[in-house]
Amino acid sequence: MSLAPKHQRLVLVSLAVVALIGAALLAMWGLADKAAYFRTPQDVAAGRAEVGVPLRLGGMVKAGSIARAGDGVTVNFTLTDGVADVPVRFRGIVPDLFKENSGAIAEGSLGADKVFVADNILAKHDERYMPPQMGNQAAEMKTRETAK
Amino acid sequence: MIAEVGLAALWLAASLALLQFALSLLGQRIGELRTMVVPVAVAQGLLTLLSFLLLILLFVRTDTSVQLVVANSHSAKPLIYRIAGTWGNHEGSMLLWVTVLTVAGALLAIVERRLPERTMRATLGAQALLALGFFGFLLIASNPFTRLNPAPDNGQGLNPLLQDPGLAFHPPTLYLGYVGLSIAFSLAVGALVTREVGPAMAKAMRPWVLGAWVLLTIGIVAGSYWAYYELGWGGWWFWDPVENASLMPWLAATALLHSINVLAARGSLRAWTIMLAVVAFSMSMIGTFLVRSGILTSVHSFAVDPTRGSFILGLLVFYTGGALLLFALRVSSVREGARFDPVSREGALVANNLLLTVILGTVFVGTLYPVLVEAVTGEKISVGPPYFNAVTGPIVLLLAALLFIGPLLRWRRDSRPNLRRVALPAIVTVVAFAATFVWPAMHLLPRLGLAFAAGLFVASFLPLAGRNLRRTPLTIWGMVLSHLGIAIAMIGVAADSSLTRETLAAARPGETLSVGPWQVRFVGVDPVGGPNWTAIEGHLVATRGETSIRLDPQSRYFNSPPTETNESAIATRLDGQLYTVLGHRDGDRWQLRLWWKPMVTLIWLGGGFIAFGGFLALIGRIRREKFRPTVFTEARA
Repeated sequence: MSLAPKHQRLVLVSLAVVALIGAALLAMWGLADKAAYFRTPQDVAAGRAEVGVPLRLGGMVKAGSIARAGDGVTVNFTLTDGVADVPVRFRGIVPDLFKENSGAIAEGSLGADKVFVADNILAKHDERYMPPQMGNQAAEMKTRETAK
Repeated sequence: MIAEVGLAALWLAASLALLQFALSLLGQRIGELRTMVVPVAVAQGLLTLLSFLLLILLFVRTDTSVQLVVANSHSAKPLIYRIAGTWGNHEGSMLLWVTVLTVAGALLAIVERRLPERTMRATLGAQALLALGFFGFLLIASNPFTRLNPAPDNGQGLNPLLQDPGLAFHPPTLYLGYVGLSIAFSLAVGALVTREVGPAMAKAMRPWVLGAWVLLTIGIVAGSYWAYYELGWGGWWFWDPVENASLMPWLAATALLHSINVLAARGSLRAWTIMLAVVAFSMSMIGTFLVRSGILTSVHSFAVDPTRGSFILGLLVFYTGGALLLFALRVSSVREGARFDPVSREGALVANNLLLTVILGTVFVGTLYPVLVEAVTGEKISVGPPYFNAVTGPIVLLLAALLFIGPLLRWRRDSRPNLRRVALPAIVTVVAFAATFVWPAMHLLPRLGLAFAAGLFVASFLPLAGRNLRRTPLTIWGMVLSHLGIAIAMIGVAADSSLTRETLAAARPGETLSVGPWQVRFVGVDPVGGPNWTAIEGHLVATRGETSIRLDPQSRYFNSPPTETNESAIATRLDGQLYTVLGHRDGDRWQLRLWWKPMVTLIWLGGGFIAFGGFLALIGRIRREKFRPTVFTEARA
């Protein structure tokens, strides 16, 4: 099987187009199935989080809510956005900057008992490395508090 | 004074870039003056280098009258981190970027002798135009030499995560790779301008692409190992957007590396190779944009500054858009290449390129999708490992399978494909697949990964079969080692993802925990101190059979700026790594996190093989070019 150069180029171009379309389809399938949504406690309270679907929950760690379980490695705490609260359970070593009244993002999914089970906790690194999402949230909370 | 000289050198270099661009535009009309383009390129490179060295000097001296030094350094830091701190921030790293860009341009001007003079001039013009944009970005939006008045007593320090030997060479290597691709970009643009797209351009471009690719590989592998031991999370690749930003140019460069061989050897795939050269450097710029604009968050995002983001976005759109426009206008003038059959070396390389393009496309979409969705709907989403692993994993398997046969095919046409020679790796794959059922709980993807990696391990040696090993060119050895490296890394990845054992517990001194085959006794903790930190150091004794190892993970506290970090302790054995992290105190207990990671070191060992193979190929190419008469010497003779 031998093609004229012009046809060969046509075949190559079509192959490239097919590959790109394939990549796009593959990406769309993956994204529809596996992207995690960012939710606030308010969203969760409003029912915008299905049980068992991976998501990221961002908020402030409520004052006085951090409690260590007996095994020494499980932490229970509450994430709040000033409107709603969500209880979170995490088994692992919390980041160093994880503390009360400070921002944190929990990665995991909502359990059937309405407790958010986190596999990972992201805390604000320091003043210069604040996730933009949390930057907004902090500002929103401040506005709400001032309005009160 | 030093800061002023550095700034002046930058301005001077920027004006030389303008001059270089003008000289290459005017071309023949200015007669002999046009030969000035080379010395101008060299002077521009030297001046930028001087400016960068002066900035390093300011950091070494901790000159607190310079804003950048104050914000990112401290006199108490060890010398090496004061030097590395130069590029551990936005302005300094952009100066490093421009330095590499101009020095690479100068090198190209000095060493390249094969290209027709017109094409060479157009190439240097394109390189000057690239430099101009980034000089503008430095001088207008991120001047590293801004003074601070009054000068404070000392600097504010550097993020402790960045105080690590990794920082000393991870960013410079990556930047050398990123920006080395700019030469491929400029060569492609130059060849399009003068309609000289052909094997000569490919041969001129090849060493640059190889060199950039080797450095990118080293940078990515080193960055991965750094994240692995420094973050204390036990992972080596997180599909973090910033990691993807370095992976995307690497994927494009890998494709380019293969297609350029087709163009150099057979004259085919001309338009495609040009396109890849443009895409590869565009991916580098997209990476810089993603990291520097602050739209992504990670340790890598130094500053959240919309002006800078839009500036880089502007440069990105201008250069990529401009190059693609030129491509569209000129593509019809690119001559057809030599024909080839679907079953041939060229055919296999086309398949390799298509598969790499699909991976690149899916990584690109996954990385930018959250940004896009948030811009359009305001909804915040994150795309992480579940997406990337599921989407790229199967394609990597296809690529590995392609490597069984591809390197064995002949150029142009292979009427009797060497099916018999493929039988061996195929059998190894099947046997290895069956053998993975020793671990019944493994998922399908790692299982297949191990199987194909075993097959590829054997297949990568096949191109050497029947050759006189002493007379085999270095380029072949390079290919064999790189492909072998892929097999090795795949084994490491599959093993790490499915065979890792983890133990997390709070332990009292004297308690013993077990992880995998190890018994780990927690002896106790001690306070220790360093130059600018204090720490609690845990003492662990791990035993397995007769072997007994001490591990001392630390929890460090830095005072400027106040931060805590975990220093993991890792014991490397032949069959894997024992990875330990000391967590927080809980009454009289301490949190301990232990991992046993069989074969995990193969990931970076394989990466090292891949890079070393590229390095051998580069040496082979350079040596071959040296002993072969060039177009110029032939013309003179």
